[in-house]
Amino acid sequence: MTVFQFSSPAWMVCPVILPVIAGLLCFLFSHRTFAIALAAVLTNFIVVCLLTGQLLVLGPMRCYMGGWQPPLGITLRIDGPALLMLLMTAVTGLAITLYARGYFSYRISDSRRAGRHQRQQRYFWPLWMLLLAGLNGLFLSNDVFNVYVTLELIGISAASLAALSGKPASLLASFRYLLVSLLGSLTYLLGIVFLYRSSGVLDLDLLQNLAANGSGIRTALALMSVGLLLKTALFPLHFWLPPAHANALAPVSAILSALVVKGSFYMLFRFWFETFQSTITLPALNFMGTLGAVAVLWGGVQAIRQHRLKLMVAYSTVSQLGYLFIAFPLARVDGGIPVWSIIIFMALAHACAKSAMFMAAGTVFLHLGHDRIKDLSGVRASLPITVFAYGIAGVSLMGLPPSGGFVGKWLLLTSSLGSSQWWWALVVITGSLLASIYVFRVMSRLFVIPEGFPLKKSESHFRLLEWPALALALISLFLGLAASWPLYILVHGTTTLAQVFAGGLP
Amino acid sequence: MITTLIYSLTGLILFGMGFFTLIIHSHPLRKILAVNVMSTGVFLILVATAYIPLGEGEIDPVPHAMVLTGIVVSVSVTALALILACRIQETSNSSLPGKRQQGEVPEESIR
Repeated sequence: MTVFQFSSPAWMVCPVILPVIAGLLCFLFSHRTFAIALAAVLTNFIVVCLLTGQLLVLGPMRCYMGGWQPPLGITLRIDGPALLMLLMTAVTGLAITLYARGYFSYRISDSRRAGRHQRQQRYFWPLWMLLLAGLNGLFLSNDVFNVYVTLELIGISAASLAALSGKPASLLASFRYLLVSLLGSLTYLLGIVFLYRSSGVLDLDLLQNLAANGSGIRTALALMSVGLLLKTALFPLHFWLPPAHANALAPVSAILSALVVKGSFYMLFRFWFETFQSTITLPALNFMGTLGAVAVLWGGVQAIRQHRLKLMVAYSTVSQLGYLFIAFPLARVDGGIPVWSIIIFMALAHACAKSAMFMAAGTVFLHLGHDRIKDLSGVRASLPITVFAYGIAGVSLMGLPPSGGFVGKWLLLTSSLGSSQWWWALVVITGSLLASIYVFRVMSRLFVIPEGFPLKKSESHFRLLEWPALALALISLFLGLAASWPLYILVHGTTTLAQVFAGGLP
Repeated sequence: MITTLIYSLTGLILFGMGFFTLIIHSHPLRKILAVNVMSTGVFLILVATAYIPLGEGEIDPVPHAMVLTGIVVSVSVTALALILACRIQETSNSSLPGKRQQGEVPEESIR
């Protein structure tokens, strides 16, 4: 059996196939949904660890499905960025799965409307499994059209998840989310049409080797980028994100904010820095950087103005996504560490911190029954671990050392000052200041205990609600100390990228 | 060549019309239909792309496969969007209990 050998590229198929099977089984056995989902997420994590070992030993790999070669067949590809995204999804997904278990069992234990919560749980697991399959497929696929299919899979399951709470506000938000994601993927598909017309291939490697620079390719890239930007919610295309993320159930908000926006962003990163890097011009990179800078400031100001905790966290996502785009114009700088690897690193740090923050916000919401920021006082006494997790996630969002957010921002600052583009550094610093304002505004409420406040004991079934959030927050904190490790994988696993960036961008 | 151009231009115009309607109108059903018109436009361009002759009597089969996949996706997304639109209408109607008890149909649902 050569398939099960360590060096076999067939392992790559598992992260896509396993969640699909688990999702279908969840529909069949509706009483054991959590066990099935947990098994799938754990196996996925183990397989991704195995893939990490494979990548470090053997380097980037490709898997040709059914033995068909690229122009006809479907190719899966794994390299540094793809592996780190898979790892991010596996770790965050594991924590979110545990948290969702705690979340639903807490809500079902409440006798009011238990049937409704049971129904929500029954549909959550299969949808989450399908979403996981779509995300893993997106990170592994090496074909423009497969990316379209996985984007649609992600869009459909994400919109259904966002609608799960059944409240009118969340239904409206999810309807809008579905339409926006549909508009994004149709624009992307139109881009594929232009691409196919002018080049005749869809495989990313073949497209990169072509290095064509006609008007057709440029139109195609513009259309595909606009479609992906709409899904990534970069300012000014962010309007759909805060209502959709804030009105969903807490585990769903964590999934949407931490993973789903990263999927489309990852493809954008691939196109701009690998496949079409010969087409990209400096004004285009600067344009992206400017949009990112406005997103950082606008999202930060809006987050400060919000009265509800979950809306504040959602606007913080808009702001943090901006940082990823500020790094675009800096990628031309030839420093010690290539700037494009910072982009992936910051995406990792944000995924851990933001999902921890949404989980903490969800626990606070469950505990109090609301999330109005001005009435949050005293939560520290009853939910100490959750407040701790919120604080640590906030540290990473603000960019204080030694968190992952700090390393990302530090690298951004040094490369922007090193290339005498100081205006980006100014935006990064102002953005961190805004982040510290909105994080501390909530922290100060959480820590105030009014006189005569009844000190309740923390209930035992909060355990599964509190610890996953804390674990993710700690990961985002210590990602800063272990920063060299993911950066090593990035550089080690991408010989093509390393060759391209050996002398900076052309 | 001229046939391909006509089909492609029609597809682009359909895409633009759908986009315009999606932005301008607020009614959910109109928005869903607009997205469908847009996707039809993209599929038309794809089919026209397939007509570029490869050799003697051959046409490119890859765009056909893409159109088929696209149709499957668009059907399922339309179904989901319709369900969501129905749910939105139900929940917004139930928030008007007076009208519902009298058995009246609210005006919005007729329009």
